Amino acid sequence: MAFNILVCAKQVPDTNVIKINPKTGTLIREGVPSILNNDDANALEEALKIKDEFDDVHVTVVSMGPPQAQDMLMECIAMGADESILISDRAVGGSDTQATSNALVATIKKAEEKMGKKFDLVFAGRQAIDGDTAQVGPQIAEKLDLPQVTYVEECTLSADKSEVTVKRNMEDGYEIIKVKLPCMLTAIKELNTPRYMTIEGIFSAKEKPMHVWSAADVEVDLDTVGLEASPTNVFRSFTPAPKGKGEILTGNSDKEVVEKLLIGLKGKHVI
Amino acid sequence: MAINVIKDKCKGCGICVKACPFSAITMKDKVAEIGSACTACGVCVSKCPFEAIEKTEDEDVVDLSAYKDIWVFAEQRDGKLMNVALELIGEGKRLAKEISDETKLCAVVVGDGVAHLADECYAYGADEVILIQDPLLKNYTTDGYAKVITDAINEFKPEIVLYGATHIGRDLAPRIAARCNTGLTADCTRLDVRVSSYIEYAKKNTTLDTSTLDPNDPSTGIKQTRPAFGGNLMATIICPKTRPQMSTVRPGVMQKREPVEGAKGELVEYKPTIAASDIRTEIVEIVKSTKELVSLTDAEIICSGGRGLGNEDGFKLIKEFADKVGGVVGASRAAVDAGWIDHSHQVGQTGTTVKPKIYFACGISGAIQHLAGMQTSDFIVAINKDADAPIFEVADFGIVGDLYKIVPLIIEMWDDAEALYDASTK
Repeated sequence: MAFNILVCAKQVPDTNVIKINPKTGTLIREGVPSILNNDDANALEEALKIKDEFDDVHVTVVSMGPPQAQDMLMECIAMGADESILISDRAVGGSDTQATSNALVATIKKAEEKMGKKFDLVFAGRQAIDGDTAQVGPQIAEKLDLPQVTYVEECTLSADKSEVTVKRNMEDGYEIIKVKLPCMLTAIKELNTPRYMTIEGIFSAKEKPMHVWSAADVEVDLDTVGLEASPTNVFRSFTPAPKGKGEILTGNSDKEVVEKLLIGLKGKHVI
Repeated sequence: MAINVIKDKCKGCGICVKACPFSAITMKDKVAEIGSACTACGVCVSKCPFEAIEKTEDEDVVDLSAYKDIWVFAEQRDGKLMNVALELIGEGKRLAKEISDETKLCAVVVGDGVAHLADECYAYGADEVILIQDPLLKNYTTDGYAKVITDAINEFKPEIVLYGATHIGRDLAPRIAARCNTGLTADCTRLDVRVSSYIEYAKKNTTLDTSTLDPNDPSTGIKQTRPAFGGNLMATIICPKTRPQMSTVRPGVMQKREPVEGAKGELVEYKPTIAASDIRTEIVEIVKSTKELVSLTDAEIICSGGRGLGNEDGFKLIKEFADKVGGVVGASRAAVDAGWIDHSHQVGQTGTTVKPKIYFACGISGAIQHLAGMQTSDFIVAINKDADAPIFEVADFGIVGDLYKIVPLIIEMWDDAEALYDASTK
């Protein structure tokens, strides 16, 4: 029986490219590419490394999102994943992290039912760059009753594939943690360098199963997903107030400019 | 809660389509249609020139009155409280007083042999300390801490629970929220309970139109404001239907209170039910970093370098600069990603949020995600070759020039500032 790894991934707008329209104060989305979330790429890479190292490893990527998220999943397949599942349904739209994890857990359970066994190891990225919440991974783990380790920067699977030893990043150092499988690990960028898609991978993608499931397909309780079922709601949203533009210091020489700077800082009692 | 388009009023102008931060609106037969990506954020409601979009609030209100008091997870490591715990005690106390005089601020201290921390919690403003001790809780584990805190929440029913958005808080809070089946808002930078306080904050710091908010609204549900999309957009999140309301809060954002030595409060010892078999992870080793401790959050002066440094060696100059002015070295994500400096120096949305007295940005263009982490600094000085760099939009003083010429001059002339100032006033 194959060793089954699940990777949770999200398609996100590249927030590094997003700009604000200074006149209207709204986000400029035109030309902003959608990408595989950074930390999720590290999660997938770690799964693929295990697949390279051990025999008979099957890597499935699961995501929730609009139909366009198939592009991102295609990228995951082209990197080397074996199978993908997208839960895409209007009924799950507008979900907060709690409702999102409900939808994904229903999807994962359905996949396990079809497979006839549970996933041996689950990876997710620590957080997605559009929301930065870092909540969906742990909440999936909670609802699947799995132990978790977050902020994973090194990961070693034991030879008998029964446990992992991981290095968990902390602000003031790190921890070495052992955990029996199955478990959930969330990846940070220090974990590895994600591989590129390969030409063979891109061609092979056509033969690999890429499922798109509806809420009905995964038999999720509709009272647990979507905007209505989300405990948190957006009350208001707005752009931060632009700070008044300061003074550009000029002078005939760099020395004169620095003099003006120091006099200015002194004069304003900043130093 | 839902967003509805009033079809008769919609003129099909498409302004809402462009305004929607979630690309949830499309035009169908020249009428706006709200799609499934809608989060009911309400941006379109205020942008529509024809008042053709409305937001309907939920009518059914659950009785949530069984929940009271504000809890702060007073995170400790090695028997020492984290700074963010003290910040949250200060902030939680402010919120508790806004709710009512009877609302208590409770610090939840979990560990083993940590009873001595209670006095520090009282000194910083806690009315009550809930002490949860067991040898199995000596070091943080997700399973152990999630279990005992969830049990305590179910027993005491707090109205609000706040956690520091540390690597521990962000590991723990989502599991507790899932177990309590309640909402959790991540990485908050502002909290309000009174609508009037929220209005005051919004008027001062944001572009939000507050005319639709009633300052006399008596509700005290928490309003949790946080950056999204890398700081491009701010969202205020509420948790109207479930309790407790939970937030993780960025370290370094909230204000500690001045400690009152000898302050006393009520101690509640909560006996946890925990067995070794509840904890499914095994800590083999805890290693404290020997690398240089970067306390960006506490720094009064930060000298930051970015892509404009051109190479790793540029940080030698920044370090020299920081040493001269008594500051700490910061960095932009670009510099960290280039491998020029350790991530612990990173300032910004995905790094540390800072609020020093002076922030020197050297060769930093000012990507929105960087600005999100430093624009509330008291005074910002930007040095950049590119006069159009966005960093100049937030800088109090800007110098358009070569940092390799400017910074050495600042270092050289720093001690002369007083004399230069005196000379200039004569």
